[in-house]
Amino acid sequence: MSARRRPIGDTLLVVDGVSLSFGGVKALTDVSFDIREHEILAIIGPNGAGKSSMLNCINGFYHPSAGAITFRGVKRAQMRPHEAAMQGIARTFQNIALFKGMSTLDNIMTGRLLKMKVGLAGQAVHLGPARAEELAHRAFCERIIDFLEIQAVRKTPVGRLPYGLQKRVELGRALAAEPTLLLLDEPMAGMNLEEKQDMCRFILDVNDEFGTTICLIEHDMGVVMDISDRVVVLEYGRKIAEGTPDVVRANQAVIDAYLGVAH
Amino acid sequence: MPEFLGPFLEVLIGGLLAGILYSLVALGFVLIFKASGVFNFAQGAMVLFAALALVRSIEVLQSWGVNAGLAIVIGFLFSGALMVALAFAVERMVLRPLVNQEGIILFMATIGITFFIDGFGQQIFGSDAYQLDIGIPKESIFLLEGVFEGGILVNELDLWAGATAGLLVLGLALFFQKTRIGRALRAVADDHQAAQSVGIPLNHIWVIVWAVAGIVALVAGTIWGSKLGVQFSIAQIALKALPVLILGGFTSVPGAIIGGLIIGAGEKLAEVYIGLPYFDGGIENWFAYMLALVFLLIRPQGLFGERIIERI
Repeated sequence: MSARRRPIGDTLLVVDGVSLSFGGVKALTDVSFDIREHEILAIIGPNGAGKSSMLNCINGFYHPSAGAITFRGVKRAQMRPHEAAMQGIARTFQNIALFKGMSTLDNIMTGRLLKMKVGLAGQAVHLGPARAEELAHRAFCERIIDFLEIQAVRKTPVGRLPYGLQKRVELGRALAAEPTLLLLDEPMAGMNLEEKQDMCRFILDVNDEFGTTICLIEHDMGVVMDISDRVVVLEYGRKIAEGTPDVVRANQAVIDAYLGVAH
Repeated sequence: MPEFLGPFLEVLIGGLLAGILYSLVALGFVLIFKASGVFNFAQGAMVLFAALALVRSIEVLQSWGVNAGLAIVIGFLFSGALMVALAFAVERMVLRPLVNQEGIILFMATIGITFFIDGFGQQIFGSDAYQLDIGIPKESIFLLEGVFEGGILVNELDLWAGATAGLLVLGLALFFQKTRIGRALRAVADDHQAAQSVGIPLNHIWVIVWAVAGIVALVAGTIWGSKLGVQFSIAQIALKALPVLILGGFTSVPGAIIGGLIIGAGEKLAEVYIGLPYFDGGIENWFAYMLALVFLLIRPQGLFGERIIERI
């Protein structure tokens, strides 16, 4: 990794002994790791290892059946997704979850809903403060649109955009919230090489320019080894390894998990 | 002017104005369906409940010696507040415990809500037929007498109803397009998970849509009540909203409006030009359902609804 503007700092989020089960199926068993400020952490593992479940616990879609998650020093019990969003956690989804009927700009604007302050009455008349606020947020969103190079599709309903661009709009919506922690669930799934390179560049730029801490799930090992500072490996809901890409790559348990073990 | 045009226009306009009332009921359905994917069977009961609350509170206030105008204003505020309170109660006691359940389970729950509202409303407000008079003129007037022989007969109440519905729809459209809450509502309608992830609390949104649907029910109840009297049969007009929704699409506000107009005009025209000459009349009551059936066969998503393709 080249020298970065913001060195990796203190612990931002601690996952401590988290277990999660759906009925009799154990999705996660006693998983612990931490995420440090300004780093890019990758969670990898074979299909069904519990990676998405882990992200869903962090942003409150699922509630762990045991263990605790501490974000910025605050331990949480039963947090709901909108509360996670209020605390500065934004995310994208494995199967793109955009508002398909809305334009690119409107989708990104929804990311700023929590930043808007003018009350309902002011909204209803849509004058003065409400209008000024709308314009300020719009200007911010335009900067994100420039940053992600999607100016040309600003007004297009996102349902009509190609897959790669939809992924970018989804990233834009997450960025609009100016998150402290950004969770990306397979940001490069289904992309061709060029699209992957673009996405890598955006992720590195976000991390470098805004200092956003990023936790991502990815299957492309080349990408993971290139961009992440640290890697956590899950298999069958358990953590089997953790460390820098080089350490993880050399780990026997990881090699076995990916290549299988001779019996 | 050709001779047949006058009567034709009279039937058409009468039908369109009646259709506006169907649109109003259908609108309540669409609002809730869009935001939560729930077909709210209780919408018809909510119309009756709102109308009963209005007519009875006005009666009680007048019996206390409050003057008529003031009684109507307070009556509206009271019934409006009651519908908002109902929205809070439904969210807290029915929707919240059932979050993330299948649509069919929520649908069954709304059937339960229907029975409750029907019974509760009649328990506290009484089950007789009541006359609702909030001062909307009900005279029949003749339009364009210079152009057509005898003019076109229109009821003033229907004109008021049309204007009110138009204003309501305009207001809702502005609310949905221009405000932050409107944007949040559209976001929830598109994708629950994504909406939650950007920090939209689903519970608040549900309260808001149920409250708005309650206010729409109050407006519909006021107009139906002024026209037909407030009685149990009002709850049955919810059935008429079903063909409107199938025609217009379950997810489209403009679809609800246009579907209502087509059903309203279609059933009157069918009655006059097909029913009376060929069937001794009486087709008005089932024509709407026939039309809906035809639509289900050729365009199940309705005129403006989203086409839902299940991927397997």
